[in-house]
Amino acid sequence: MVWDYVTYLINATVLSAALRMATPLIFASMGGIFSERSGVINIGLEGMMLIGAFMGMLVTFYTQNPWIGLIGAMLSGAIVGFVHALFSVRYKVDQVVSGTAINIFAVGFTVFMLRTVFGVAGTSPAVPRIPTVAVPGLSRIPVVGEIIGFQNPMVYIALILVVFVHIFLFRTVWGLRLRAVGEHPKAADTVGINVFLTRYLAVTTSGALAGLGGAYLAIAHLSRFGDGMTAGRGFIALAAMIFGKWTPFGALGAAILFGFADAVQMRLQEVGIPRHFVLMLPYVLTMVALAGFIGRATPPKAIGKPYEKE
Amino acid sequence: MRRSWVLLLAGLFLAGAPLAVFAAGAEEEVDPDETRVGVVFSIGGLGDQSFNDAAYAGIQRAADDFGITFDFVEPDDVAEMEDHQRSFVEAGYDLVIAIGFLQESGLEAVAMDYPDARLAIVDAVVDEPNVASLIFKEHEGSFLVGALAAMMTESGTVGFVGGMEVPVIHNFQIGYEQGVEYIDPDVNVLVDYAGDFGDPGRGKELAISQRDRDADIIYHAAGGTGMGVFEAAEERDFYAIGVDDNQDHLAPGYILTSMLKRVDVAVYEVVEDLVAGEFRPGIHEFGVAEGGVGTTDFEYSRDIIPADVFDRLDEIREGIVAGDIDVVSAHD
Repeated sequence: MVWDYVTYLINATVLSAALRMATPLIFASMGGIFSERSGVINIGLEGMMLIGAFMGMLVTFYTQNPWIGLIGAMLSGAIVGFVHALFSVRYKVDQVVSGTAINIFAVGFTVFMLRTVFGVAGTSPAVPRIPTVAVPGLSRIPVVGEIIGFQNPMVYIALILVVFVHIFLFRTVWGLRLRAVGEHPKAADTVGINVFLTRYLAVTTSGALAGLGGAYLAIAHLSRFGDGMTAGRGFIALAAMIFGKWTPFGALGAAILFGFADAVQMRLQEVGIPRHFVLMLPYVLTMVALAGFIGRATPPKAIGKPYEKE
Repeated sequence: MRRSWVLLLAGLFLAGAPLAVFAAGAEEEVDPDETRVGVVFSIGGLGDQSFNDAAYAGIQRAADDFGITFDFVEPDDVAEMEDHQRSFVEAGYDLVIAIGFLQESGLEAVAMDYPDARLAIVDAVVDEPNVASLIFKEHEGSFLVGALAAMMTESGTVGFVGGMEVPVIHNFQIGYEQGVEYIDPDVNVLVDYAGDFGDPGRGKELAISQRDRDADIIYHAAGGTGMGVFEAAEERDFYAIGVDDNQDHLAPGYILTSMLKRVDVAVYEVVEDLVAGEFRPGIHEFGVAEGGVGTTDFEYSRDIIPADVFDRLDEIREGIVAGDIDVVSAHD
């Protein structure tokens, strides 16, 4: 009896859905790590994702090639990231305010553009999307193959990205510099690291990755843009980053956990657990994470503080 | 520090400015004999391929047929709606139509402040002596598509994906469930809510999840979230049923039909009444009998659905109109 419930809630199809739900969170949380490890809060991930989703769709619409759309999404995300860097690093604006402004801007920009370009509101026309693939070999393994054997290439790209971000941050000299800038910019400056340049690059990269996360929704998981389609995933990604203590593998684990919570709640609705309770599950987990129930989450020391050269 | 704030605010202002320009100006000379109607649209505005476009089609048709003139505004947020209603009333429009349930509280206030104004609201009930409330029997239309789903399912399981769990959407759900049960009480109905009208990603996953549990026909009443249901239908090979507007073309061959909510019919009729000097405040219900809800003309699914299913559907339609089939609403 109990076992029936367990297999109903935890099985290959649920886990495979969890991975799909986690993918946009993984991209955006990696973006968050880049920005915050360099000392710049990035609450604008949500807006960067939304703009990435829209531009990914738009470029795909004109080129009919979703891979070029992906590049468009990355570039547009990077531009928004650069603007955030400009506000945070050059003009020393409160970083939360700048990020919030980006989120508000993104909603207006995408609604406006959708109407201007296509003359419609709500949903864009359909565009080609990045097709799902079966990985040779992997897809033939029972259970495991069912979970990760038939996924969108973007899912695999997200997983590989995590490894790269980890190696970059903890195994390369550039990663060391980036972390130094986020922990103690003055010390980094004294040893000749360009704090400003490092932060510009980190926040711009952050935007590019968030843009990819948005593009996953619009041109990989789905094949059209819808108003507000990121639906708060940028904030959940931020929570995943904090839950994962600003480390790539930690954030990956958190993103998959949130994705799993999301996938499971779809089935819990049928079991008779009240829907409203079930729908808030991912958010409750996020708050548990933020409240520090799973060990203290220590942010980079210089986070949120604009650097002033003396 | 101060300079940066100014910069940021300037940037925000510039970003928002283009969005504020969609407002109608009614500056031309007014002919006192001419009947003028003001329309306040819902969020999303024209081009939404749904509610607002349908309302526009209705008022345009009324203008062509009765020679009235109309002006409209497309509000960007709920807070503006009451001001727009108020300015139409103060400008002396003969009738002000508010589209969508978001305008309910605004219109209530306006109705009380201007007892002589003639007002109408679509999709909500405002209980004031000068307001015509135009509402739809979503449950009746949903009953029809529920019956269709039950006749078409091969697995014996069908699905429903709702947007947010609000009374209106609940009305779609229970109508659908009654329609399914009317045909075959043994058909299982899976019901899931996305908790959001604008999250097609979750809509797709909900539909896939229902498909994994054997559902082979899925009806959505979930706004933009429903786009994901259509994409899942194409990818996982099942039939979807659309809602509100004719959505059949969004995934040709994968959408059996759409449950139409004829906002255009409601808007046209209230203007017709006005022109005839018979404006009637109170509740106007648009069900199957009034042509207010129903199915599409099956443009892409005509060859998929057998003739006897169409016949049965016609019988049911007639049964609802004649009152032989009583569909219970969520509001009863």
